[in-house]
Amino acid sequence: MTKKAIEIIGLKKTYKGGTQALKKVDLIIEEGDFFALLGANGAGKTTIIGILTGIVLKTEGHVKIFDIDIEKDHNEAKKLVGVVPQEFNFNIFEKVQDIVIQQAGYFGISRKEAKKKLEPILKILDLWEKRDTQAMKLSGGMKRRLMIARALIHGPKLLILDEPTAGVDVELRHSMWNYLRKINQEGTTILLTTHYIEEAEALCKNVAIIKSGKIIKCAPVRELTQSLDSQSYTIEISGLNGNLELKEFEYSLIDSETLEVVVKKHQSINELIKALDTLNITVNDLTPKENKLERLFLNLVTESKN
Amino acid sequence: MNFTAFYTIVRKEVTRFLRIWSQTLLPPVITQSLYFIIFGTFIGSQISDIQGVSYMAFIIPGLVMMGVINSAFMNVVSSFYSTKFMKNYEEFMVSPASNQAIIFGYVIGGMLRGLLVGLLIFAVSIFFEQPEIANFGIILLFIILTSFVFALGGLINGIFAKNWDDISIFPTFVLTPLIYLGGVFYSIKDLPEVWQTVSKFNPILYMVDGFRYGFYGISDVPVLYSFGLLAGLTILLFGINIYLMRKGIGLKN
Repeated sequence: MTKKAIEIIGLKKTYKGGTQALKKVDLIIEEGDFFALLGANGAGKTTIIGILTGIVLKTEGHVKIFDIDIEKDHNEAKKLVGVVPQEFNFNIFEKVQDIVIQQAGYFGISRKEAKKKLEPILKILDLWEKRDTQAMKLSGGMKRRLMIARALIHGPKLLILDEPTAGVDVELRHSMWNYLRKINQEGTTILLTTHYIEEAEALCKNVAIIKSGKIIKCAPVRELTQSLDSQSYTIEISGLNGNLELKEFEYSLIDSETLEVVVKKHQSINELIKALDTLNITVNDLTPKENKLERLFLNLVTESKN
Repeated sequence: MNFTAFYTIVRKEVTRFLRIWSQTLLPPVITQSLYFIIFGTFIGSQISDIQGVSYMAFIIPGLVMMGVINSAFMNVVSSFYSTKFMKNYEEFMVSPASNQAIIFGYVIGGMLRGLLVGLLIFAVSIFFEQPEIANFGIILLFIILTSFVFALGGLINGIFAKNWDDISIFPTFVLTPLIYLGGVFYSIKDLPEVWQTVSKFNPILYMVDGFRYGFYGISDVPVLYSFGLLAGLTILLFGINIYLMRKGIGLKN
């Protein structure tokens, strides 16, 4: 039986001033999972992470990390967790290696041992050459990677990443994704919060959508995307003469070379291409207008609003 | 207590104050040297001995203690508040480092800066007056406990501080007046009776007085009272720090 990496039952958090950030959250994340927590700003994602890591005190509810109740022994639970926060939170005047080695020290790892662990982690995150550089002199992407190195130095079983690729360029984002996939395959459970829905779709096995402090959906990513009844595509075409008539499809002609078509669950892209071919229209390019999870996320958030 | 975490914080603190020595070690040495020159040499030469000790010799322990108190307090308050300001206190909050390891780490770091500053000031004072040591054990006991107490105080201030102004209010409006009125420059026995009584409410008087007793064997108040007060303050302030950390006041949401 798979072990639970995180078990949250009836979690509530009300901040001073009365803001109710979490309204009875129940969530289970299994060991080895790559789990995404999706939600808009202020939905409660960072509060959940804060409670898991000991930065935020819960108001009510139970939280277990690998079966350790954080109320009974949070320090024991913390040993198993590495966290990459949303905002840079290291001492900008310190050198890269000092920041990582100090973090190891807080986890009870001696300097000698930490130095041994440092090299492979900094090398894989492409920071080894910068080990003697002050953190303030690093680029934004390097700072993000530094926080990942810091979170991994004690070899956590659970890695929590709060918006890890916010403000990171596309190339770096993909190299970070590859690294996260690798450590997940090696056995690290990953909980990721993100605004980038394609990030969750590309990386995660399971997803929970949180809105106004409540989990409104929790399911495997594949199951969620398959539940969509349609998908919109943007199609680059040529050869259109006069009016366009695609009887079986919902569509709109953006200009003489661009078409937007909604393909329903019972329809296929092949049928669409065949229909266009019959009209002597050539398909030059076809791309999904939005990714499936994004559509689903918007549907769910709108539904819950209504 | 997690000793590796404790050692990590102490090492970080010592590295920090040594790296910026021109801001942390040099200014108190320069200031106290000016006191030695102005109050000790220029003005002190016109002042008669106090309880059989020259005025210059009399003010040395007080000036050393002034440097120790300010440095121990300021090291912890400014360093701890910086970690809050840059949010890197979260580094140890998310770790299994115990509250004791965090408190002792910062406090010992502050103490070490205070003691180093005290040693440097004392070294400078040798150029002005030959040192006398009546009881080295008492000197050590008072300087260690005093630096510990003020480092603990600095941590409380750092925990509560919400902005940079908050870390200078207590030192400016409370600590400095108490130090100046704590018998650094005079014996309270030379004050009118009412001011003698008022002075006895100033805890710093007992620290300076006990420390001076270690050098010359003279005191305004019984040394045992002074030791008792320091021991009491140590326990009280440590207890407050543990309570604040446990509750997460000023640190956790």
